Amino acid sequence: MTIISATGLVKRYGEVAAVDGVSFEVAPGESFGLLGPNGAGKSTTMRMIGAVSTRTSGELRVLGLDPDQHGPEIRSRLGVVPQQDNLDTELRVRENLITYGRYFGLPRRLVASRADELLEFAQLADRASAKVDELSGGMKRRLTIARALINDPRMLLLDEPTTGLDPQARHILWDRLFRLKEQGTTLLLTTHYMDEAEQLCDRLVVVDHGRIMAEGTPASLIREYSTREVLEVRFGSEHNAVAAGRLAGIGDRLEVLPDRVLVYASDGEAALVEVTARGLQPLTSLVRRSSLEDVFLRLTGRSLIE
Amino acid sequence: MTATTERSAPRRGAVTALYAGNARAVVGRGLVATRSSNWVVVISGFVEPIFYLLSLGIGLGAYIGTVTDAGGHEIPYAAYIAPALLAVSAMNGAIYDSTWNVFFKMNFGKLYQGMLATSLGPLDVALGEILLALFRGAVYGVGFQIVMQLLGLNLSWTALLAVPAVVLIAFGFAAIGMGITSYFRTFQQMEWIFIVMLPMFLLSATFFPITVYPEPVQWAVMALPLWHGVELVRGLTTGVIEPVMLVHVLYYLAMVVAGLFFTTRRLRALFLD
Repeated sequence: MTIISATGLVKRYGEVAAVDGVSFEVAPGESFGLLGPNGAGKSTTMRMIGAVSTRTSGELRVLGLDPDQHGPEIRSRLGVVPQQDNLDTELRVRENLITYGRYFGLPRRLVASRADELLEFAQLADRASAKVDELSGGMKRRLTIARALINDPRMLLLDEPTTGLDPQARHILWDRLFRLKEQGTTLLLTTHYMDEAEQLCDRLVVVDHGRIMAEGTPASLIREYSTREVLEVRFGSEHNAVAAGRLAGIGDRLEVLPDRVLVYASDGEAALVEVTARGLQPLTSLVRRSSLEDVFLRLTGRSLIE
Repeated sequence: MTATTERSAPRRGAVTALYAGNARAVVGRGLVATRSSNWVVVISGFVEPIFYLLSLGIGLGAYIGTVTDAGGHEIPYAAYIAPALLAVSAMNGAIYDSTWNVFFKMNFGKLYQGMLATSLGPLDVALGEILLALFRGAVYGVGFQIVMQLLGLNLSWTALLAVPAVVLIAFGFAAIGMGITSYFRTFQQMEWIFIVMLPMFLLSATFFPITVYPEPVQWAVMALPLWHGVELVRGLTTGVIEPVMLVHVLYYLAMVVAGLFFTTRRLRALFLD
């Protein structure tokens, strides 16, 4: 049984199609990502799956049910981590968990014991009676995730889970999410961070302008849409375009960005040797492995973070 | 996170999208959150009508002496305005809670968004928040009535019925207050509520009978909710029971229904598109 199946999913606001014919399936226990820039329609898709937004057309089944018909039933089995924290600032940390559990109609004793487990999981046990506003950004995020787990959901929806967090807080969060994944929780997440998608997603779709551009595992997408390595060379903002003209033929493909030129090649070091052999002196050069960022650039001609 | 939950099966059918039968969770949340509320504001709302009662009822009342009530009895001026201020007290409590508090939650906080991502429906949220505002109005009202009892201003045993009447008045104002507030997006719009409330407070037969006005003005006052509350409560505390009281009760029931209807509709439009 699939946990989510979407076929030709459309959400229109007036003339604008925020989601424009999206189809995908998510299996139980899978960790599935929607990768794309801001405004690609990721959050709108999440809201339809979370049964808080009705679709304009297409088919959608979440946990085997139609969200337009069975909103409360579906919502009771999901955990939702929205893009911006919506913790209850009038309540303290532990009260946030208990109160949220009560919204699902769960008995107080049950949510109280579960709240304590989840505070341990979120590494917030020593902050149980703190005010929400006293928590750091990373702690708030972990509390939001703990709150999303209070109803023991079949699936967790995470909308940009680590956006706005510092690197250390992101790594702590990834570690927690990875543990959930290991326990078999189905994760559906949106992100515009490549490293996040590569760390957490078994499979993902690349979304742009409300449409799916490609689908696959991170590794297969890189294999299909990019080369093994990338050489990044900078000649100074004035000279990149001119230099790029003289790089033709090196590697499989060139991408000229305002601040640098990307040379896609299976062997980046060999490409760099060729560049210097043509008498070009880059200010800086860097050889790295291809990432999903390169896949996105290839598919849309744009960078993810603009 | 063991999967041993006993889930109460969510109800089915079209109505479930609106109502999960769990408004008590919203009320419970509100009571816990009350702790962090601004107590100065809470107490000032309660004390205000008491000051009116002491200054106008006792102070000015000493000059006025007695007035004639609807039943033709001579009663002290304080006993005439006290029931009106009792209705005002319930109104104040309900309106404070259902307007500014709700305004901030609707437009700045994300509380309702979070609630509606759970199995709660918009009617649960609307009813829960309105019951909380009602609770505050009722607490104000009962407190005020205790003051009236101490001052000997409850003239009949039917004053006991003023307690449920005050709850109904608070319910009506809480519902209509939240219904209107849920459509407001700016502070300027919110000011309108209070621009309407002040004249309503002064003119709804609070301090003198509406027979002093020309007839068209009387009709206008009788269209306002507070007048119905004042008449209902005054009849009960002075012991003049009339069939027209049924109209007052129906007026408030209509406010409750309208307030719940519009709040639910608005919450649905805002958070469940």
